[in-house]
Amino acid sequence: MTEPTPGITESAGTDLRVDRLRAGLKRRHARENRFRTYGLLAIAVSVGFLLLLLGRIIEQGHTAFYAHTVTVPVYMDPARIDRSYPAGTNFEQLVAEQALVRFGVEDDAAGTRATAMRDLFSSELKYRIAERLQRQPGLIGETLPIAAPMSDEADLYFKGEISRSTPALQRRLSDEQLDWLDRMDAEGAVSAHFNKALFTNGDSTEPELAGVAGAVVGSALMLLVTALIAIPLGVGAAVYLEEFSPRNRLADLIEVNINNLAAVPSIVYGLLGLSLFINWMHLPRSSPLVGGLVLALMALPTIIIATRSSLKAVPPSIREAALAMGASRTQTVFQHTLPLAMPGVMTGSIISMAHALGETAPLLLIGMVSFVPGIPTGIDQPTGALPSLIYIWENASERAFHERTAAAILVLLAFMIVMNAAAIVLRRRFERRW
Amino acid sequence: MNQHTVKAYGDELNQLTAEVARMGGLAEAQVADAVDSVARRDVALARAVVERDARLDAMHRDIEKKAIRLIALRQPVASDLRKTLSAMKLVVDLERTGDLGRNIAKRALVLAEGEPMQPLTRSIERMGKLVSTRLRDVLDAYTAGEVDRALAVWGTDDEVDEHYNALFRELLTYMMGDPRTIGACTHLLFIAKNLERIGDHATNIAESIHYEITGEEIVGDRPRWTPTPDDATAPIADPDAQ
Amino acid sequence: MKINLFRAADGTESGGGADTGADVRTAASRAMSVPQPRSNGDAPVGPTKIAARDVSVSYGDKQALFDVSLDIPDKTVTALIGPSGCGKSTFLRTMNRMNDTIPGCRVTGRIEIDGEDINAKSIDPVLLRARVGMVFQKPNPFPKTIYENVAYGPRIHGLTSTKAELDEVVQSSLKRAGLWEEVADRLHSPGTGLSGGQQQRLVIARAIAVNPEVILMDEPCSALDPIATAKIEELIDELRERYCIVIVTHSMAQAARVSQRTAFFHMGRLVETGSTEDIFTNPRERRTLDYITGRFG
Repeated sequence: MTEPTPGITESAGTDLRVDRLRAGLKRRHARENRFRTYGLLAIAVSVGFLLLLLGRIIEQGHTAFYAHTVTVPVYMDPARIDRSYPAGTNFEQLVAEQALVRFGVEDDAAGTRATAMRDLFSSELKYRIAERLQRQPGLIGETLPIAAPMSDEADLYFKGEISRSTPALQRRLSDEQLDWLDRMDAEGAVSAHFNKALFTNGDSTEPELAGVAGAVVGSALMLLVTALIAIPLGVGAAVYLEEFSPRNRLADLIEVNINNLAAVPSIVYGLLGLSLFINWMHLPRSSPLVGGLVLALMALPTIIIATRSSLKAVPPSIREAALAMGASRTQTVFQHTLPLAMPGVMTGSIISMAHALGETAPLLLIGMVSFVPGIPTGIDQPTGALPSLIYIWENASERAFHERTAAAILVLLAFMIVMNAAAIVLRRRFERRW
Repeated sequence: MNQHTVKAYGDELNQLTAEVARMGGLAEAQVADAVDSVARRDVALARAVVERDARLDAMHRDIEKKAIRLIALRQPVASDLRKTLSAMKLVVDLERTGDLGRNIAKRALVLAEGEPMQPLTRSIERMGKLVSTRLRDVLDAYTAGEVDRALAVWGTDDEVDEHYNALFRELLTYMMGDPRTIGACTHLLFIAKNLERIGDHATNIAESIHYEITGEEIVGDRPRWTPTPDDATAPIADPDAQ
Repeated sequence: MKINLFRAADGTESGGGADTGADVRTAASRAMSVPQPRSNGDAPVGPTKIAARDVSVSYGDKQALFDVSLDIPDKTVTALIGPSGCGKSTFLRTMNRMNDTIPGCRVTGRIEIDGEDINAKSIDPVLLRARVGMVFQKPNPFPKTIYENVAYGPRIHGLTSTKAELDEVVQSSLKRAGLWEEVADRLHSPGTGLSGGQQQRLVIARAIAVNPEVILMDEPCSALDPIATAKIEELIDELRERYCIVIVTHSMAQAARVSQRTAFFHMGRLVETGSTEDIFTNPRERRTLDYITGRFG
């Protein structure tokens, strides 16, 4: 920068301006940097909360993914087993008494110790034994090791949830039971393995046997119904509203109402489902059919809005070109506009499906809070859904459901991540340059 | 050079230059015929030349119209613009050349009524042939687009002046010798003047060609006939022959 | 020997048959044989293809055209010129009823193509647009292959019955649009992968694939570079032998180069119409003169 030549007012004026510019520049840069810092802070806080939430859930739920099994030697006492009807035997009592004998513990007259021992094993044990005998009746009289899950409390003990430091009266397991568990562990009869039951079983009152399979299938069936109803209706309505309907007061009214419907609380849809589908049309309560219908109604406004904005985003030059070629309006829409809007339509549909997947309030109102064991086979049968399952498990009294609730939440989150990823992949694949 | 992408444009330009060339051919013929009619005292030929001049005027107007149209509708630039402009300039010179030829023919009609004046008309014939040749050369240069040939014509402008001044002196001598010939000699003088002007027009055409092809004016003055010490004793040369 | 030197290439004689002393050879060679160019003003103008009478167009409350009456001859290029917003594009779009697609647009007056009123109830705009094709300012090929782009029109109008016929139509359209050589080996690559000038020629091929009678062009070269523009102008010159072409252009130079008839619009009214040569050398109306010479405003 050169010094201004004295006496030449023009260059002096220029320098003054430059100085002022420079001063202002500093302020502007400072403001920009502040803004950028705020932005980064906001992102950091959001991500922090997200990580916190996720971390908490993972911390609580990761233990649900493995469970402990115990292998006990069972003597098929011919004196206790009826050959003609082996399944009728009280195997639980059998195993408990045999265990007491093995540990050299005397039972009292009321058999409380046997009961206590029984509480360490899952009810699954008797079914396993019965099943073995069913397959090989010749085993009667033999001693063989049977592996079965531990009961939920025993499992919790091995996971460290129940400890001796808590006063005995506040624990579910007595000191004696803990000793027995330690002995079994010392014998090497206890092993930990992946909790397959969580993914293959339906709901159960026994936490160790409870799984999300039924709810997942129920949710999937429900989503299927929702998709089959909401996507064609929504896309069709949006195409009509955007491309064919005349622009008059009625159309404006419809648009305002659709936008409002998208914001209606989901529980209102539940009430609608209850009164309309269940009470008036007498559709089966708590079925994927009703759930799907209710969720379809909920997803419809979102799909319509997303489809309409995708259609709006198609450049008008394509429409004009098609019309000028002599294509009718229908041909223009279905051969040109809609294919080009497809990525947006698909994204909107999949995201609204993912949203519907996680809605709980309407499902509760149509009766999906009830306990439904097993895995559903049709859309007219009562089922559970993942969100309502989580709700049920959270309210359950057994301690072991605590970790399983978190695990179910993780399953639900995984489901949604998969659906969103599918949305992105599909959109990429169908994106066309114009 | 490549063709114009829009072929009609290229065709129009070519047609313009072709018509200029045709007009040049006609003008050339006019001059040659006019000089011939003087030399051979051919009245029929002279009359034909006078009548044909109207065609030259018509061609001039037609070509000018075409050039204006080309400029308005095609917006030529660079070499195309120079081509169009020089076509317009050329036809002016050619039309004037035609007029001068008609003038010569008219005087030939008058001269044919009088006595033949052999040596003088032979000088005229010689000058006429020189001028004709120059005209033909410069028009060939235009058709072929060769700047060197045009420059050659431009460079020999002084030859015509020499001829003219020699004729001037000869005619003056003749007139001073026999006053009865003044009438005829005056006609011959005008004929010589016209031929000299035709020579100038050929030089103009050469300058236009040079501009069309190179885009630049010719550097330097036209060669002029400058009087030598010998000529100092001769009667004054026509100062207009500059 | 009388030699007629001045027989020009077109057979007309110019000399009077007189002898000349000039060199026969050079003078004859001077009458160069040049093919008669398809120059603008010389070709005779064809019969009237489109006749517009008292056409007015309004969009809602705003009127864009006021009582425009214009005759557009066949096998000719007619240029519509005028400043921005003068209504030339609006008028162009009345001729294939593209204004119907704009809500709130009202067209009054009579527009006849070959004597038929195109706004009559019995005329289907879809069929009309197969007879009157349109090329837009920004090249807008469909996001399909080159082949599919050109084949679209014949397909939806059912003009061909076998694949071989369709291939033939595609090939001849691309040839007539001057694009065949450049794309013959990649007919199945996307149309949007071509350069701007090629895309516009593709769009023209698409329009002529349905064998229209009229081609409307709305500023077809405004998005193209000079070389692509020159190629399109040459194409228009060739196309005018078969089709009636109406071109809207904001470049007066282009109108002068390309058209035989010109109509000047100003503020929704037709000010002057005439042969292109007359309009650009000596227009009758003051406003036309001001516009062409750049004295507007």
